[in-house]
Amino acid sequence: MDRITAFSPRGWSMTVALSLLALLPIYVAVTGQTFYLDLASRLMILGMAAVSLNLILGNGGMISFGHAAYLGIGAYCVGIPAYYGIYDGLIQIPLAVACSALFALVTGAICLRTKGVYFIMITMAFTQMVFYGFVSMEEFGGDDGLVIDLRSQFAGLLDIEGATGLYYFILISLLAVLFLVYRITRSRFGMVIEGARANERRMQAIGYDTYRYRLVCYVIAGAICGYAGALLGNFTHFISPEMMDWTASGELIFMVVLGGTGTLFGPVLGAAAFVLLEEWLSTITIYWQFLFGALLIAVVLFWRGGINGFVDWAADQIPGRIITRTRDWIRRAPWRQRS
Amino acid sequence: MAPALLTVENLNKSFGGIAATDHVDLIVEAGEIHAVIGPNGAGKTTLVAQLSGELRPDGGEIKFVGQNITPLAAHARAHLGIARTFQITNLMLDMTVRDNVALAVQAYAGHSFRFWADARCEERLVEPAMAALARVGLADRAGSIARAMSHGEHRQLEIAIALATEPRLLLLDEPMAGMGVEEAQSMVAFLDGLKGEKTMLLVEHDMDAVFALADRITVLVHGKVIASGAPDEIRGDAAVRRAYLGDEGPLSNEESG
Ligand SMILES: Nc1ncnc2c1ncn2[C@@H]1O[C@H](COP(=O)(O)OP(=O)(O)O)[C@@H](O)[C@H]1O
Ligand SMILES: [Mg+2]
Repeated sequence: MDRITAFSPRGWSMTVALSLLALLPIYVAVTGQTFYLDLASRLMILGMAAVSLNLILGNGGMISFGHAAYLGIGAYCVGIPAYYGIYDGLIQIPLAVACSALFALVTGAICLRTKGVYFIMITMAFTQMVFYGFVSMEEFGGDDGLVIDLRSQFAGLLDIEGATGLYYFILISLLAVLFLVYRITRSRFGMVIEGARANERRMQAIGYDTYRYRLVCYVIAGAICGYAGALLGNFTHFISPEMMDWTASGELIFMVVLGGTGTLFGPVLGAAAFVLLEEWLSTITIYWQFLFGALLIAVVLFWRGGINGFVDWAADQIPGRIITRTRDWIRRAPWRQRS
Repeated sequence: MAPALLTVENLNKSFGGIAATDHVDLIVEAGEIHAVIGPNGAGKTTLVAQLSGELRPDGGEIKFVGQNITPLAAHARAHLGIARTFQITNLMLDMTVRDNVALAVQAYAGHSFRFWADARCEERLVEPAMAALARVGLADRAGSIARAMSHGEHRQLEIAIALATEPRLLLLDEPMAGMGVEEAQSMVAFLDGLKGEKTMLLVEHDMDAVFALADRITVLVHGKVIASGAPDEIRGDAAVRRAYLGDEGPLSNEESG
């Protein structure tokens, strides 16, 4: 992952995007279109989940087809305590992170013994097990799921019951997750993960027990996604096994690939594209999923860098040129010509 | 007497019906260049893979400085000081040349469960990596993506990675494979410069290189050691001539010329 500086195309285009997100509630307050706030909240939560998947899939080369399990586990860790009247976010959220990390540790220890298509299948199988596990829990609504009557509470310090409060909580969480992942990918640990993806055999010959590093990476990704799941439960006021259906895992992969595998912002862009396109295409045709498929094929065939690559390119092309031209013009400006 | 750096006793490995390693005994003394030669398919790469820990032998024992390392995995043996290069170039092709070597340094410079500080800014990693690159003559290519380099440069990078781990024993599997004449010559000169500093087990096809560099030579045919000794002894060994070198081999040329 490249270093990000304020004036790199990636740096400033993302600054613009995040500023717009930060200002969105004001727009919504003026126009009253709360719908946009919901849309943005959902895309940021899924963006976080996609960022965490990208850490194992993009950086680590571990193609997990079961990442939605953590969204579900995270959400149930909010929903089940709430069902018993425990609304304290300082219990729910750490519980979500811890349960997700534990699930990742136990299943990862087994999954990571396998490679390639076996890894894909076994990650999927574990998630299906959790899925059916929650389906069979009649106490928590089984198949139908469970309504969460109140969102997480933070001892009056923080109020996320309203849409705007929750929105900012999600936005700040997303920024924190992005920063965390940025640091991790550039750290020693991140280098080992990257190296193990590039050539695992070589890394072992150099002296790395790649299994251990991959397992830790798998646990970190699971924990982050569990956190996103806790936010998702809060956001939807509802939990159901459907959150961890295998198609939900597939959608997360879709977001990562569409946005740009192995890039920092790509998964968020992919999630944004996914949520917005789904919203838009589904109003045009009931065959919107068909169009989605076509889009994914086009990205894989013609634009490997995904949306992230495209944004970089565009940011470099258009405003990048304006900046260089202006700078050159200022350098040549008449008031700087001294004779 | 101090134990030899590497001792191989009665090593066996077969693939299906083929005995790729057939009751092999081998001793590598500290400081020497020990060459392993043999025709294609003799089992040289299979032997190196068992020494480095990538491949489990079916039987026998491998000792490193007296310690039985047979049950150890590749990464654990690397930490004892055994580094290898690969006959078929085996690099992190998507990463930069510097990152390839810095990762090798990192494996020995404290642990890698560090999640926050930027590894590419750590002098402790970058400096030794650059030194290893300078040593093999790749310093000016440090920023390139490994994939973009020539085959000869890939071979040099293989060596730089192995050196960066500061090994006690270098296992070199045909380091000159696929190189042009000039590149091969400079590689021989480079290995000659390492002589005395690093102990090497050198698998090589090029006879001129082997006889120029080796202190001892072991000849492998069909997985079996048919001769082992100083270069002069091997040159004169009748079994070696018959089984491997043949009348048209480079040795007979050397003797007649
Ligand atoms: N992974 C493997 N599976 C089956 N046979 C193998 C394998 N690796 C090597 N062999 C066989 O073992 C023998 C020795 O191979 P190798 O060690 O590569 O020889 P060399 O390096 O001396 O050319 C050959 O007959 C080869 O076909
Ligand atoms: Mg070979």
